[in-house]
Amino acid sequence: MAVSRSAVVLCLAALAGLLAWPAFASDFGVDLTTKILIYAILALSLELLVGQTGLVCFGQAAFFGIAAYATVRFSPEYDAAAIWWLLPSAVAASAVFALVMGALSLRTRGVYFIMVTLAFSQMAYYVIHDTPVGGGTDGIYLNVPPSVAVGSTQLLDLSDPLHFYYAALLALVTCFVMLAVALRSRFGRALAGIRVNEQRMRAAGFSTYPYQLAAFVLSGAIAGIAGFLFAIKDGFVNPELLSWHLSGAALVMIILGGLGHLRGAVIGAFALSLLEELFQSRELMGGFSDHWHLGLGASIIACVALLPRGLIGLPRMLRARLLGARQAGAP
Amino acid sequence: MDLATFLVQCLNSVQFGLLLFLVASGLTLIFGIMGVINLAHGSFYMIGAYMAYGLAPIVAGAVGGGFFATLAFGIVLSVVVGYLLEWAFFSYLYEREHLQQVLMTYGLILVFDELRSIIVDDDVHGVPPPDWLAGSIPLGDLMSYPVYRLFISGVCILLAIGMYFVFTRTRLGMMIRAGSTNREMVQSLGIDIKILYRFVFAAGVALAALAGMIAAPVSSVYPGMGEQVLIICFVVVVIGGIGSVRGALLAALLIGAVDTFGKVLLPSAAGVLIYVLMAAILLWKPAGLFRAG
Repeated sequence: MAVSRSAVVLCLAALAGLLAWPAFASDFGVDLTTKILIYAILALSLELLVGQTGLVCFGQAAFFGIAAYATVRFSPEYDAAAIWWLLPSAVAASAVFALVMGALSLRTRGVYFIMVTLAFSQMAYYVIHDTPVGGGTDGIYLNVPPSVAVGSTQLLDLSDPLHFYYAALLALVTCFVMLAVALRSRFGRALAGIRVNEQRMRAAGFSTYPYQLAAFVLSGAIAGIAGFLFAIKDGFVNPELLSWHLSGAALVMIILGGLGHLRGAVIGAFALSLLEELFQSRELMGGFSDHWHLGLGASIIACVALLPRGLIGLPRMLRARLLGARQAGAP
Repeated sequence: MDLATFLVQCLNSVQFGLLLFLVASGLTLIFGIMGVINLAHGSFYMIGAYMAYGLAPIVAGAVGGGFFATLAFGIVLSVVVGYLLEWAFFSYLYEREHLQQVLMTYGLILVFDELRSIIVDDDVHGVPPPDWLAGSIPLGDLMSYPVYRLFISGVCILLAIGMYFVFTRTRLGMMIRAGSTNREMVQSLGIDIKILYRFVFAAGVALAALAGMIAAPVSSVYPGMGEQVLIICFVVVVIGGIGSVRGALLAALLIGAVDTFGKVLLPSAAGVLIYVLMAAILLWKPAGLFRAG
């Protein structure tokens, strides 16, 4: 997978924009962008499975929610936990769940795989929803966010929205770079091979199962990072974090953005969240904002109809259209 | 649990299972035969239920009312809607990836939900069963069973037999089955597969809407009903084996029984039971109980 120079320039420009954004944005703008950054990490984790390995997982919310609940449950009630052990243990919780779920689900293929992953995530949902582990429908509160400190020096104060924004951005960039590097390694090539033709990879001497399982666990761990951040951002978790609606939304994000590219996942997360925000805003839409689903649904349908490659294919399509028109216009 | 309660629960589970079958059979047609993952299928069920609620006064004004007139009117309407939907939204998706269909139908769910909210409202409504089906049959000394639930089961059984007949015994069924195996081949044999599938899609929509219409008096009519039934129906289709109508029937009865008895015997774990069942079946048989064929 060759990375074009324009793509790198675009990614760096986007990063610069995100770094500078809090200087211009209101509190609401920063808060919204923080939320989108977290969703972008979730979308990235799913892109690794769907776009890169060809495994359509419909249970990504389970990893997200399990890490979020683990974050709250592992924290002491009135004290700040140190992030150095809280983050790894929350991520480990979702990674272990991903290991069990993946080990069993990978026996099936195609649509059956979609449904088995849904089944496992629904089981996790009902365990959180109906047993004392999760504290029921009302959810539970995280009273004190974890501390980020080396010795006695505090590096970041996660209860400060601005600090938290940069922490989320750092997490997204780290995940993005880590995945980009992983996908260019032998491991990533093997995943691409499996996506294109699993049979042939087996014939070439690859044992595909361990690769797929590794991708599944890695994906669960990254979704866990997103869940960890989400629990701290709101200081509150409820069973809806594990519901299939969130799994579906993550899937919509990556398809909307464009499958097969890591940046498609990030673009999709921004596009879906901003569209939602746009159609919900009373200032821009007036009374129509009461029916914001209609606008959102219609835009999604329009995207499918007009953009077969997702938003990431838009520039290329416009260029082709433009060039085509110029050629047709030339005598 | 005494005998009468057990009997009532058995009847309930069969009735729920058959109703699930009606929705799931439309899904397995669209999904298994045409290869379209239609997340909006639950919305058609919801639309059917709202038609039972909203059309009754209109039909009463036009032709003097009657339960069957409302049903017939609703079915015709849903066939037309299904036909137009396939033409407008699905006809160009067959060559694309499955996931594009997921995205498209996800958008349709949002649109249908919001249209429902604009045209009707967001409240829960009850729909009375027709007078001549409103009674109940006594079972033992204390229990009784509503006639309308028996009527639902009867309608579903008739439709199941009808579908079986159409699929296995008619030329039309043969063409549909052939199309699911090889579209291009059927096309080159001189059958207009596009129009044929447009009608298959419309029939699937009509089945879901019909299920919604006859379920309305039992389940009442509420906004989230489509999503709830959608996921269960995917479970049914997958357990039964994608594309297998026979499998869907068996799986629907199985899920109906597990869900109904789960709610009675293990109320705290009722929600999770069907998923445990699905995971267990798919780990045992990774392609469902019946392979399509």
